[in-house]
Amino acid sequence: METLHLELPSLQDDTLFPQTLLHGVVSSGNLEVLVEPGPDAARCVFEVQTAAHGFSEVWQAVLRDFATRHPVGGLTFSIHDAGATPAVVSLRLDQAYQSLRSS
Amino acid sequence: MMTNPPQSFREASARLRVQGLLDAGSFTEWLGPARRITSPHLAALDAPVSFDDGVVVGQGLLEAQPVVVIAQEGLFNGGAVGEVHGAKICGALLRAIEMRARAVLLCVDSGGVRLHEANAGLIAISEIMRALFAVQAAGIPVIALVGGTCGAFGGMGIVTRLCDALLISEEGRLGLSGPEVIETVKGVEEFDSRDRALVWRITGGKIRRTLGEATMLLDDDIPAFRAAAAKTMGDRPRQRGLSPDALQTLEAAQRRLEARATLDPGIRDGQQVWQQMGLGEEVALMDPAEFNRCLEARER
Amino acid sequence: MNAPQPHRVWNQEAQRRQARLQRSVPFARGKAVAPADMVSLLEALLEPGDRVCLEGNNQKQADFLSESLAACSPQRVHDLHLVQSVLALPSHMELFEKGIARRLDFSFAGPQAHRLARLVQSRSIEIGAIHTYLELFGRYFIDLTPQVCLIAAQAADAEGNLYLGPNTEDTPVIVEATAFKSGIVIAQVNERVEHLPRVDIPAGWVDFFVVAPSPNHIEPLFTRDPRHITEIQVLMAMMAIKGIYAEYGVERLNHGIGFDTAAIELLLPTYGASLGLKGRVARHWALNPHPTLIPAIEAGFVERVHSFGSEVGMEAYVAARPDVFFTGADGSLRSNRAFCQTAGLYACDMFIGSTLQMDLAGNSSTATLGRITGFGGAPNMGSDARGRRHASPAWLKAGRERSGSGTQVRGQKLVVQTVETWREPHHPTFVERLDAWQLMEDMGMDLPPIMIYGDDVSHVVTEEGIANLLLCRSPEERAQAIRGVAGYTPVGRARDQVLVENLRDRGVIRRPADLGIDVRDATRDLLAARSIKDLVRASGGLYQPPKQFRNW
Repeated sequence: METLHLELPSLQDDTLFPQTLLHGVVSSGNLEVLVEPGPDAARCVFEVQTAAHGFSEVWQAVLRDFATRHPVGGLTFSIHDAGATPAVVSLRLDQAYQSLRSS
Repeated sequence: MMTNPPQSFREASARLRVQGLLDAGSFTEWLGPARRITSPHLAALDAPVSFDDGVVVGQGLLEAQPVVVIAQEGLFNGGAVGEVHGAKICGALLRAIEMRARAVLLCVDSGGVRLHEANAGLIAISEIMRALFAVQAAGIPVIALVGGTCGAFGGMGIVTRLCDALLISEEGRLGLSGPEVIETVKGVEEFDSRDRALVWRITGGKIRRTLGEATMLLDDDIPAFRAAAAKTMGDRPRQRGLSPDALQTLEAAQRRLEARATLDPGIRDGQQVWQQMGLGEEVALMDPAEFNRCLEARER
Repeated sequence: MNAPQPHRVWNQEAQRRQARLQRSVPFARGKAVAPADMVSLLEALLEPGDRVCLEGNNQKQADFLSESLAACSPQRVHDLHLVQSVLALPSHMELFEKGIARRLDFSFAGPQAHRLARLVQSRSIEIGAIHTYLELFGRYFIDLTPQVCLIAAQAADAEGNLYLGPNTEDTPVIVEATAFKSGIVIAQVNERVEHLPRVDIPAGWVDFFVVAPSPNHIEPLFTRDPRHITEIQVLMAMMAIKGIYAEYGVERLNHGIGFDTAAIELLLPTYGASLGLKGRVARHWALNPHPTLIPAIEAGFVERVHSFGSEVGMEAYVAARPDVFFTGADGSLRSNRAFCQTAGLYACDMFIGSTLQMDLAGNSSTATLGRITGFGGAPNMGSDARGRRHASPAWLKAGRERSGSGTQVRGQKLVVQTVETWREPHHPTFVERLDAWQLMEDMGMDLPPIMIYGDDVSHVVTEEGIANLLLCRSPEERAQAIRGVAGYTPVGRARDQVLVENLRDRGVIRRPADLGIDVRDATRDLLAARSIKDLVRASGGLYQPPKQFRNW
């Protein structure tokens, strides 16, 4: 497994209730993401454990776009990945964000 | 013309199954993902772990009655039972006694023991069985719900058969050794695991219901599972010790087994069972309601 | 003026044919051959170096005849030149390994792609060329006419008339080329019957037939279990339907056979209907009877389907929908690969399918290192027919977009490639250089095996968006348009952000949001069927899926 720790600036959405939420399942080509309150309102934290080696640049690009796309400052995203493609990673993160908004 | 699609039980994750089975908003998870109690064995093998080790346990309400719910995630390592996974199931069962739950809903979706954790997994299965007996001795019915991608095999197949009732979808499967295992050990002539139709005619929900191992055959629909679980719970009043009709229940089970023993021993396929009962090819496409009616008419 | 040469013999081919038939006499009773005599018959009539068409289709295989040929003595039968569409069976490869055959002209070798590449590298095989189907069929009548063909049919009667069943595929074109050029036609049939449901090949064109010991092998190649369709494929299907089908009013089309296009088929009666597209798009099809098309047929989207072949399990459904499919008076499907490929080329306004790799010019290829797969029908279906003259709204609109401000003298076929940016980790779909180039060098080919040329591609659909290549005005723009939908692949990350945003402003690149699509709506709940059983139910029990697809 390869691990990746990333902290990125992101806007904060005060209407988002900081809570824990688990989305997705660890299975081949898929991942789970655990959302929790983070240490800093102006930044979001990503902790990634992935089965696919050598993709840290791609992860950084995917996560940077996500942090730009949505106001997720003040949140921590912990990911267990079993070889999801960037498309699936983005989709799961977007879905997790939408679940946060709707709950 | 579009109606709402059914909420597929098979396609839902364990977490969504739990949400859909219980009264809205009533679920409280025990040892949730944020606790990060993950498998040390998988980590040692450098394999992906899951925050909940592939099983969701907790309490909630089913039609306002307190219940314990346990749901295995079939997509994580085939729902296989490891040390943490097994301990969570075991603990949840024992907690049901402590909190005097009205019932336990056990969503089995598992190929059996997690091979990465061999002995720990095997021990976990035996502990689950012992806990399950304790729950039953406390008069709390345990209802198995099977309709996930993995079915209920290996040790979890046995656990499923120990439950008070088994609610299964047509897509659900129940067995001891899985088809792939049988094929590997005994050859493709014994069991062609790629013949999906054959696999389901031998292990699938319809034949399990026919043989009396499943209580009810259901649509692949979460609300259908919820309604059936509520009905099953209502039919089984909480009862410490032997119920007054325990003898009758045992005798009925004995009669079913005797009837099953009269089936032609040459039978190797569910289709032949249905033929002997005077049912033909139409069985394959009967929806669960029609199938249950058809069987109930025969059982009377 | 020269006088005719007095000694020139003008019927040498016919004489040669008579000699072959003469040599065959001991091994046949009239046209009927016993299975046990087939090897002897082939050894008697074949001559070294013969051009032989061994019927190998996408689906139907003359497997018994292929095994019989492979069982011939290489001392007697050798150096054959095989001209056939598809190399699918292990016995096809054995012919080359044993030296029975030496040269090959073909279209597709999917299942044997690896073994074929090894044979080429060990110089056990000479490949003439890899063709698209129609191209190979054309050459059957020009310079690759078979001297002997070995074909597969459903049934024969006593005289040797043949009924082909629903899977016609290549048979008519093979027989036509062989029988009318003094060749020998040998058929394997599944059964001999008193009365055929219909005569597809008249007895006069057939020299021998054999009732094979077991029915010919048919592969259910076109069955896609809806269970395996992902949310990403649903999203791409939504984009294709809204951004291309609706936008161009595509009424006549062909689909590839992957899960991407199966998703589109299953979204037409749900998402497509919600956009009010029924009766406006996807009415006329050149397509095999895909089980995933059933819901769209039942919903009244699909009005007509002509097919290359059939699909296992669809027989009763097709027979019960004669208004939609081409069926004989007997009720069974009449398919035909040559005609359906022609329909795809000239009578369809769109082809949409998937590929494994695409470069910055839009060239796409399914070739990967160590495998020679060939192309099948894709180069034909996925190309703009320069000979086309009739107009349709979709064709005209695409042509207008390509010609820009210039005078419009022709339309343009829509050739759409729908691909996820990554197939799996370590396998990006978008690449700077196709593996096809390396394969060309390794295999000593004249050209890289490119399936669809970039200049034929009109649109690229990925999960990131749609690139409309018709609107690109230079190779540089085209490359940026492709980079702009190539996601997080190295090709995508090397995009010029400013140019890509500019292309987006011009509508060359359109994101899901630009199309008014909310990514959250892309769930499997949109599929009109989520399992094979749903398809059976949609067909009213008429579709009978093969056992490997059933769970009952």
